[in-house]
Amino acid sequence: MKATRRNFIKQIGYVSIGFSMVGTVGLANGGFMPIDKTGSLLGTPDKDQINAWLQILENGKVKVLTGKIELGQGIRIAVAQMAAEELNTDLDLIEVNIAETGVTPDEGFTAGSSSIVSSAMAVRNAAASAREIILKIASKKWGMAISQLQLKNGKVLGPEREMSLYELLDGEQIEKTIAKATEYKGKTIRKYVGRPIPRKDIEAMVRGQEVFVQDLRFPGMVHARVVRPPSYTAKLVTINEAELERSPHLLKLVRKGSFLGVLAEDEYQAIRLMEKAKQLAKWNAPERLPGNINVKEYLKTLPADIETHEEKGDSDTSLKQSKKQLSASFFKPYLMHAANGPSCAVALFKEGELYVWTHSQGVYPLRRTLAKLVKMPEDAVHLKAVPGSGCFGQNGANDAATEAALMAIEYPGRHVRLQWTREDEHGWEPYGTAMIVELKAGLDENGEIDGWKCAIWSDGHSNRPNGNPNTLLPAQFLEEGYGHPGIGYRGGAVRNAIPYYDIPNLKVETHIFQGPLRASSLRGLGTYTNVFAIESFMDELARMSNTDPIEFRIRHSNDERSIACMKKLQEKLVGISIRGGEGLGLAFSRYKNNASYCAMAAHVSVDKITGSVQVKKMWSVVDAGETINPDGLKNQMEGGMIQSASWALKEEVRFDAQHITTLNWNSYPIFRFPDTPEVEVEVIDRVDEPPMGAGEAAQGPATAAIVNAIFDATGVRIRELPVNKELIKQAKT
Amino acid sequence: MTNSIKLHVNGHEHEIEVALNTPLLYVLRNQLQLNGPKFGCGLQQCGACMVLKDGESVPSCRLPVSAVSKSKIRTLEGLADINGSLHKVQQAFIDEQAAQCGYCLNGMIVAAVALLEKNDKPSDDEIRKKLALNICRCGIHSRVIKAVKKAASN
Ligand code: FES
Ligand code: FES
Repeated sequence: MKATRRNFIKQIGYVSIGFSMVGTVGLANGGFMPIDKTGSLLGTPDKDQINAWLQILENGKVKVLTGKIELGQGIRIAVAQMAAEELNTDLDLIEVNIAETGVTPDEGFTAGSSSIVSSAMAVRNAAASAREIILKIASKKWGMAISQLQLKNGKVLGPEREMSLYELLDGEQIEKTIAKATEYKGKTIRKYVGRPIPRKDIEAMVRGQEVFVQDLRFPGMVHARVVRPPSYTAKLVTINEAELERSPHLLKLVRKGSFLGVLAEDEYQAIRLMEKAKQLAKWNAPERLPGNINVKEYLKTLPADIETHEEKGDSDTSLKQSKKQLSASFFKPYLMHAANGPSCAVALFKEGELYVWTHSQGVYPLRRTLAKLVKMPEDAVHLKAVPGSGCFGQNGANDAATEAALMAIEYPGRHVRLQWTREDEHGWEPYGTAMIVELKAGLDENGEIDGWKCAIWSDGHSNRPNGNPNTLLPAQFLEEGYGHPGIGYRGGAVRNAIPYYDIPNLKVETHIFQGPLRASSLRGLGTYTNVFAIESFMDELARMSNTDPIEFRIRHSNDERSIACMKKLQEKLVGISIRGGEGLGLAFSRYKNNASYCAMAAHVSVDKITGSVQVKKMWSVVDAGETINPDGLKNQMEGGMIQSASWALKEEVRFDAQHITTLNWNSYPIFRFPDTPEVEVEVIDRVDEPPMGAGEAAQGPATAAIVNAIFDATGVRIRELPVNKELIKQAKT
Repeated sequence: MTNSIKLHVNGHEHEIEVALNTPLLYVLRNQLQLNGPKFGCGLQQCGACMVLKDGESVPSCRLPVSAVSKSKIRTLEGLADINGSLHKVQQAFIDEQAAQCGYCLNGMIVAAVALLEKNDKPSDDEIRKKLALNICRCGIHSRVIKAVKKAASN
């Protein structure tokens, strides 16, 4: 039978391992494939839970189908390193495919830290089981113990013999479900894992090859722009279509309810038409935003759901009886993702099928939601994920994809490319919500924290496409009236609200409101504000108890890994000299209280005449468990430190009664080269611990270290962001 | 209303039919199908669209194509030599792994090439100053500085 098959069309032999990309790690939100502390699989998934595949082809090539999209986190290389190690296969032979509906698994959203953890660990398990299956076949064939055999670049090597997978499989196609692997090479051999293997995609970028969704070109593609309304709730009254149609460049004016878009053959003409349409459109746009107000005060006046998130001991009594007390209120404004490349999408509607190329972080949830919005069956909607510019949460990607789709349906047969403008991105993306954190703490007679109270005011932190079209921006302007998407995911506000320290009496309470601006997930969610508040407060408390700030934190820690990070940081700071007008500040946190540890220091120099702050240098020590790629980890940390410093010193979304007013890089400045500090990252690699991403680990501590350094330099305590120069000018010291 | 215009890009002369007020960026990306210059803001605020115009790095997003018909334009694609070897600045970005999403790399590399053509030993501060227009949201600044210095030393 086999011989016959070989004589005709020989099948391509392979081993394919189906596995689940969701919840493979205990840390992830309730998975069904639990693993233990070291990343070992504790169970096998049922058939219907399989949604990812690892295939080893007879020519030694390895394919990993994964639903994540590359967002600059270097996930692709991390996944490849994991597979390379377990299969003892050169990285060049490994191909990692990213999301495309129908081909790759439904993996939900890419979300910084958990991407590396869940994707890479799932791949490690799959690759290790594939290796064990192959070696078992060879061991049977040769009558040798598995322990005498090894796999290498698509060959099985045994004592004095070797066989290619081509021969070994002989056209057989083995499809298995992941099984508990007995050994992970990545934990011991570490030829690929744990090494700074360079990413391969940078060459394509520096050569200007087609990399981004913005670079896609199709024959006959037309260009689209959306004509933005003046406000969130504006209604289109009229538009002088006849006047617009006088332009020979207009292919089509798309008008659906109050959603307006223009199509043209030429991109620049599309821009001109959009500008013209803006002048010709008449809107009914009542002023609905609370303009000219103190945002912090305003947010506290909003109706809120109040909940106790955590209660331990009796914090009220403890605070009353404490020797020294401290209370303070912290504020973080609305921040934007502000991707460097504004959102973009290409859509094609042809013969009843809709195709969309998008940099969405979750093509499956988007497909579900988009299909509902356009009233098409889900299987007629095809999404392909293509990299975009780094977005750090939910920016305009899903909205641009939806708008491109709406316009493509009105203009069938040709690819429609929608490029958001800078003003679109700055003015319409869902922001990271403003937050207030109020803290109270009491020290006992030994100068230790005995009681702690925290109250948080926040909007929801995630409003991603969830099947309800109202999570997509253009839905707000269609006639159907999908309504406001509401608060969305509430849990984000309390992320890191409980200090990662030993405190006997503690209470954390949340006040969740629906704020005036569109909001969704931004890097680290509530962690940023909570850690900024807690770590500023810890600095104050350390001073109150006359203790060195690192010692004070160590005294309140019982986790060896926290302490190791802080001690390492202490070593790094030995011999740093601080001059007049300068300050050094420190901070620590463990992301989500269960992921990466990060200790941070900042050295700032303050000009008391102008009130301006220059961050000269930042140091961090990170423990992200087992390190998959130390250079990738450092890159994430460095980026997080610089971005966080920019948030702290420069950034604030502002608005008037009509709409957002910070619509470009002048009105919403972020760090530029002259602002950026030197950054240094040290990694503590813990091979026996599960790997954890570090994309969000630096965000909170970096800002806290900076404000603590400002206090060190000036005696001015910054409790509201961004740092207010006027306060610093009033410094007495 | 379109006109025919001559453009000199990456060592080649192109004849293009285009409205004369079209900014150079769109002509490079659409008519010439180049990917290097990127749209970031269209406001001359971010540097994503930078090209070398007679050796100087300039944003191309508001530069009318009619104003550059006498200039020599070089884009990211024109930096590697004919047999594909990378320019030392491009190579240094790979060596230093100076990228996250990579959207800003075009502008960074173009500005760095312009800098090194005038100053072959720039200090950190000179690099910071020269690249001040270039926005990077991912925070790769410290790697870019290392890459530019590395290129300078080669
Ligand atoms: S796109 Fe030209 S400077 Fe931003
Ligand atoms: S690497 Fe993403 S904008 Fe610079």
